[in-house]
Amino acid sequence: MFQLISLISAWAIPVMITFIPLYAFTRKVPVYESFVEGAKDGFGTAIAIIPHLVGMLVAISVFRASGALDFLMGFIAPALKGIGVPPEVLPLGLLRPLTGTGSLAYTTDLISVHGPDSLIGLIASTIQGSTDTTLYVLTVYFGAVGIRNGRYALKVGLFSDLVGFIAAIAVCLLVFG
Amino acid sequence: MINGIWLGMILIGFVFAAVNGRMDAFTAAVFDGAKSGVTVSFGLISVLVFWMGLMRVAEDAGLLKKIAKVLGPVVSFLFPDVPKGHPAIGYILSNMSANLLGLGNAATPMGIKAMQELQTLNPDKETATPAMCTLLALNTASITLIPATLIAIRLNYGSSDPAGIVGTTLAATAVATLAAIAADRLCRRLVMLRRPPGPPAARSGDPARGAAPFQQSSLKG
Repeated sequence: MFQLISLISAWAIPVMITFIPLYAFTRKVPVYESFVEGAKDGFGTAIAIIPHLVGMLVAISVFRASGALDFLMGFIAPALKGIGVPPEVLPLGLLRPLTGTGSLAYTTDLISVHGPDSLIGLIASTIQGSTDTTLYVLTVYFGAVGIRNGRYALKVGLFSDLVGFIAAIAVCLLVFG
Repeated sequence: MINGIWLGMILIGFVFAAVNGRMDAFTAAVFDGAKSGVTVSFGLISVLVFWMGLMRVAEDAGLLKKIAKVLGPVVSFLFPDVPKGHPAIGYILSNMSANLLGLGNAATPMGIKAMQELQTLNPDKETATPAMCTLLALNTASITLIPATLIAIRLNYGSSDPAGIVGTTLAATAVATLAAIAADRLCRRLVMLRRPPGPPAARSGDPARGAAPFQQSSLKG
């Protein structure tokens, strides 16, 4: 099953890149011109994201560098230690929605220190893999089209991060614990 | 809420930097953050340019409309306000399948394209529509079949079973996605309830128009 899925993953992009222009060609689409025309939008979209991403990453970076994040982590960890969850993985719950690279670095660090097959390594891998960086997704997707009022989207994203975090720990304790 | 979080992080950061005597780190962090914001955006250029080009080919060939027509019913219950066969559905489906396969750098451009298509249906260009919120919810939870990056890292550190986390990740991501869909549905309902009395036939029209000024004033504080 796993092999089949990774095979599909490896083939998906090459097949798409070959099949889409081929199909379009049979439909008499001027494929190259059409590609270039569409590709022009990509640049503008990436540029439109810059102010949003700079603003958000500055705030996150300041929050981390000031020691506020460490303080918050130190505050939460002992509170949840009692229920059999390795406290080392808890900071990930805070880090994951804020920064993708930051939480990946933290996960890699946990794996290198405790080993990839330790309970800590397994839980950290599962947490890292199970959700995406909510603040980044929100910034990029809404930034690209100029949405300023995201309504309830952030709340929903953070809520699902919390649920995913708890689910990851629970499933790992059940399977590997 | 986003305004509060942004200001909050900077304010709390300032207070902690002051207490910990890390004012120089604060300043360095500002410029580091700004730099990585630009770096990440620039990193997106190549991916966005390429995929948006390819997606235009698919659109011109009528492929996206076809996908939307064939597979549209699968997702239409999630996006009731998007007209049947609209190209947005095609992009949403491409975005979801790219996420599913763990093709992050293909998923983002398709998701952005889907947002841009949804924006054409949006009467108030600065306020997200319910469909946009649903798309965002699906992407923040980002259901993934293969966490490829993590398998690679685990392999690097000599795991005896690098893919051993596939099952647990799938379970956790499925739960997170279900929670996101449920929460999104609930919020959508609540927003509808808060709307001032108006024509109930919101299906074909633009449901956000009546609610927009209300929304803005109620969430800004």
